Amino acid sequence: MVNISNFTLTKLIEGIKKKNFTSQEVTQSFISSSEKSKKLNTYITKCFEKAISAAKNFDKKKNYKGLLAGIPLAVKDLFCTKNVKTTAGSKILHNFVPTYESTVTNKLWSEGAFLLGKLNCDEFAMGSSNETSFFGNVTNPFGDKLVPGGSSGGSASALAADLTPATIGTDTGGSIRQPASFTGTVGLKPTYGRCSRWGIVAFASSLDQAGPMTKNVQDCALLLQAMSGYDPKDSTSINTKVDNYISKLTDKVKGLKIGIPKEYRVEDMPNEIDNLWKEGIDYLKDAGAVIKNISLPHTKYALPAYYIVAPAEASSNLARYDGVKYGHRSKGNNLFEMYENTRSEGFGDEVKRRILIGTYVLSSGYYDAYYLKAQKVRRLIKNDFDKAFDDVDAILTPSTPNAAFKIGDKKDDPVSMYLNDIFTVPVNLAGLPAISVPAGYDKKNLPLGLQFIGKAFDEQTILNLSLAIEKRANFKRKINVWWN
Amino acid sequence: MSIDKDTVKHIAKLARISLDEKKINSLSKDLTSIIEFIEQLNKLNTKKIVPLTSITNASLQSREDKVSDGKIRDQILKNSPEKNEEFFVVPKVIE
Repeated sequence: MVNISNFTLTKLIEGIKKKNFTSQEVTQSFISSSEKSKKLNTYITKCFEKAISAAKNFDKKKNYKGLLAGIPLAVKDLFCTKNVKTTAGSKILHNFVPTYESTVTNKLWSEGAFLLGKLNCDEFAMGSSNETSFFGNVTNPFGDKLVPGGSSGGSASALAADLTPATIGTDTGGSIRQPASFTGTVGLKPTYGRCSRWGIVAFASSLDQAGPMTKNVQDCALLLQAMSGYDPKDSTSINTKVDNYISKLTDKVKGLKIGIPKEYRVEDMPNEIDNLWKEGIDYLKDAGAVIKNISLPHTKYALPAYYIVAPAEASSNLARYDGVKYGHRSKGNNLFEMYENTRSEGFGDEVKRRILIGTYVLSSGYYDAYYLKAQKVRRLIKNDFDKAFDDVDAILTPSTPNAAFKIGDKKDDPVSMYLNDIFTVPVNLAGLPAISVPAGYDKKNLPLGLQFIGKAFDEQTILNLSLAIEKRANFKRKINVWWN
Repeated sequence: MSIDKDTVKHIAKLARISLDEKKINSLSKDLTSIIEFIEQLNKLNTKKIVPLTSITNASLQSREDKVSDGKIRDQILKNSPEKNEEFFVVPKVIE
C-alpha cells in the first residue's frame, strides 16, 4: 500500500469517503510514522491505542457526515482534553488530567476527528523555539540541529514530518505563524474572538487565539471551518456568522488591493527574505492584484508594548498555579512556603522571567508608566491598521525576519529571542487574522513564509490570497527523513 | 531602569516564587535587559491617547441568571495534590 501519511487532510477525507482506505489504515499509518519519530520529540502524550479503537469504531459505523470524518489529529498540549493528560509543556502541570474538553477540540471531535496525541510546545506557550518546554526541545524535520520555531513547535514539526495529517496550535504573538514559516507549512491565526478560548491553558487572554496548522491552504480553510464559531463559555468569542471558507476558497484575487508596509523592511534583514517578499509581490501582480505602498508608523513599538501586555496578563493568569487545586506541589513549612516552593520548582526560567516582568509592570507605582503606556501604544498600532485597511484589502509581509535558527543559538538572550516575533506580534495586538504560507527557500534550503494580514473577521480574503501564492510559488517540502 | 537584586527579591515575593542567590543574580541581568528593551516606548508621546482596553467592539453578551452547571465536586477535587473527601488540604494556616 502507498504511504498515505504524506497526503493532505482533504485527500485523506476524500479517500476515506471513497473507501480507498479505511480510517484504521490512515490512523495506523500516522502511528507508524509517529513511532519512529522519537528524535523529533514532538509528542508529550501518545493516544495511539485509543485512536485505533476510535478508528475501528468509525469504520464500523461509517458516518461520513462530519467535515473531518475518520481523521486522527494530534494537537498542541495546550488544549484541555478530557481524561488525557494536558501539561502546557510545564512541570507544574505534569500530572494534570482535565475532567473536561476544550471547546475547540470538542468541535473537531464532533466533526468526526479523534485524538492521536498531545504535542510538545514551549512552556505555557512562552517561547519562539520550543526550547522552554519541560519535556525537552523539539527538533525541526529540516535539520537535526534546528529549532522548529515556537511556541507551537511540536505541532509544526509533527505536521511537516507527516506524523499528523493536520494540527491545531495557539498564537499569542506568532506561535502558529512563526513555526509554520520555519517548517514549510501553513498556519493561520484567526481574528480575536473567532474561535473559543474555553479550555485552552491561558497565557495572555487578550491576545491568545487558537488556529489551524496544515500542509496546504485548502486544508487550512477546512480546519478553520471546523474550529470556528461563537461559544457562550468564552465571553470574548464573537457571535457573528462564520463564512463557508471551503466553498468560497478561490485563487481569483484580481482587483484586490494589497498593502506593502515600508516599516517591515527592517535593518539586518537577510536579502533572501527581502527577495521572497518581492517574489510574493510579483505573484500577486501576476494574479491581477493591485499593490499599494502603505505605512504602519508604530510598528517598531509593537514588540516592546507586547512585552508589557503579555507578561502582565501572564502573571495574572498563572497566579492560579499554587499547588492546591491541581498540578505539582512542593513541600513547605507553611502555606506561603508551599506556594513559593511549588512555583519555583514548577515553572521554568522563561516563565519565571515573564511572571516577574508582569508583576513588576503591574506593581504599585509602575502601572501608569508601563501597563497603561502599553495599552495606549496598542491603540496607536490598531489605529495604524484601521487606517491602512481604508485603502487596502490585505497586507503582505514576510512571516519572520529569518529562517529556522540553530538549537541553543538564542536561548541565553531573551531579547534576541523576542525579536523573532517582530512581524507577527503587531497582528495579535490589533486582534486581526493573519496567515503564514510557505513561499520559498533560503540558500541553506530552509523554508521561508510570507504573511498576509487581513481585516477583522475576513479570514476568507487572506486564505484566497494564500492560495494564489501557493499556486504560483509551487512550494514543495523537501525533507530527508533523518530521524527514523 | 535597572532591576537590581532587591527589586528582584521584592517582585519574586509578590509573585510567590522562591529564588536562590544565583537565580536572583541572573534574573537581575535578564530583567534589566527586558525592561531596557521595553523602555523604547518612552520615546513615544502618548499623552492624548485613550488606552485600548478591548480589541473587539462587541459588548459582553448577557444571559439568563440561571445555574447551568454544578454538582461536580469530585471532578473539581480530582486533580488536587492533597485532599480528603470534600476539601482541598493545605498546610496549617491557623495556630
